[in-house]
Amino acid sequence: MGKKTPLFEKHESLGAKMADFSGWDMPIHYGSQIEEHHAVRQGAGVFDVSHMTVVELHGTDGMAYLDRLLANDIGRVKNSGQAMYSAMLSETGGVLDDLIVYATGDPYLVVVNCATRGKDLAWMRQVAEGYECEVVERTEFAILAIQGPCAIEKVKSVVGEEKVALIEGLKVFQGGWCDGWFIARTGYTGEQGVEIILPEDQAVSFWDSLLEAGIRPIGLGARDTLRLEAGMNLYGNDMDESVTPLESYMANTVVLEGRDFIGADALRKQTEHDELVGLVMLGKGILRAHYPVFSNDAPVGEITSGAFSPTLGKSIALARVSATSSNMTVGIRGKMQAVECVNPPFVRNGKQVYKLRKT
Amino acid sequence: MAEFPTELRYLKSHEWVKQEGDMVVVGISDHAQDALGDVVYVELPEVAAECQAGDEIAVVESVKAASDIYAPIAGTVVEVNAMLEDSPELVNEKPYADGWFFKIRISDSAAVEGLLTAEQYQALCEAEEH
Repeated sequence: MGKKTPLFEKHESLGAKMADFSGWDMPIHYGSQIEEHHAVRQGAGVFDVSHMTVVELHGTDGMAYLDRLLANDIGRVKNSGQAMYSAMLSETGGVLDDLIVYATGDPYLVVVNCATRGKDLAWMRQVAEGYECEVVERTEFAILAIQGPCAIEKVKSVVGEEKVALIEGLKVFQGGWCDGWFIARTGYTGEQGVEIILPEDQAVSFWDSLLEAGIRPIGLGARDTLRLEAGMNLYGNDMDESVTPLESYMANTVVLEGRDFIGADALRKQTEHDELVGLVMLGKGILRAHYPVFSNDAPVGEITSGAFSPTLGKSIALARVSATSSNMTVGIRGKMQAVECVNPPFVRNGKQVYKLRKT
Repeated sequence: MAEFPTELRYLKSHEWVKQEGDMVVVGISDHAQDALGDVVYVELPEVAAECQAGDEIAVVESVKAASDIYAPIAGTVVEVNAMLEDSPELVNEKPYADGWFFKIRISDSAAVEGLLTAEQYQALCEAEEH
């Protein structure tokens, strides 16, 4: 039996199909992954993501430490709870993990992936040596993501006045504390919404009130297709330690100029590299991870994430390739199938937004 | 609970088979569609294709994975379910009716008797879950 979030019994009673997710028993879907996907694009859905790892950075050197730890520049972020997405790199520039930091002052708040928890904590503590900065894991929280065009209105209808005021004051990609809850306008779906870190003993009653307000529970299956449509990477699929952020469509989260973060030298030396691109299937069929990709019939790489896009009604993928052209194909069970090469994201706020990649 | 109609025969690879004279209709079981999750694409065989028992002749793609569909008995494909092209969700909604995949004309009509009964197949599914 795996680890259980405070909402495990809620998932079971809703008839969720459960599966192991890095040692946690997590809901994959509650009946239909596709209906759940549409519910988030068209209305509002809630995800239990309590398996994710919450870390606080205590001490006066938090900013100096993050400047060394992360490829993105914490100095550019306002210390008012603004969120920053970044890769954390090895000395050779490989992506150890991707994470979100909330610039809440001392302590900074960081959310890292559950699959990389042990590795991340060990690395973060190793880098913290010599800094007035303590890396403290907070395991007593639940995390709920409420996403969709109606998500914020519905959340406001079930929380108290102070939290409503906090939410109304937040800009996109900003978070803040209120009464032991951290509420941020962030997410992993390409929709409006909030992510809420709250004490685990309050998770069940909050979950119940969200469902009573008409918010639909969404499993990790739809979470994956939503994030793929939004052009967001999944650690372990689209990038890992063997590739740099420059090869992972994350160049806009790397600030090299005047900085000395871990991995920076390796990135400076990496002048030629593969790229992570978007693919859209022209015909029928489903693109899946590890299928080979061809440009003008020559092998150029492989798919890192692929799925049927419920919003677009056809298959989409991310692929790491050494070259692109107007003649791209993917090998599916030995047959070449035509694809378009595009710049992600594929979908934002419910609408198709991808653009053909210039070659 | 998944349904296991007793008038059908089954393969351990989760296809169901229904005999209609010298033809068999083939689909995937309720248990299989439930395990796959939402079906998003079905790649069907060519009409007139010859097949041997055990040949991979179709593919069902769900939100989760691509799975091969095997020919249960040797024969010739005589019809495929064209409705699945635009409505693959029929496999989830009516696995034993509108969600059928293809029909095969078989030379050995006794071969159907060699397939699993509903009872045998259900026992196999239950064993898989434990």
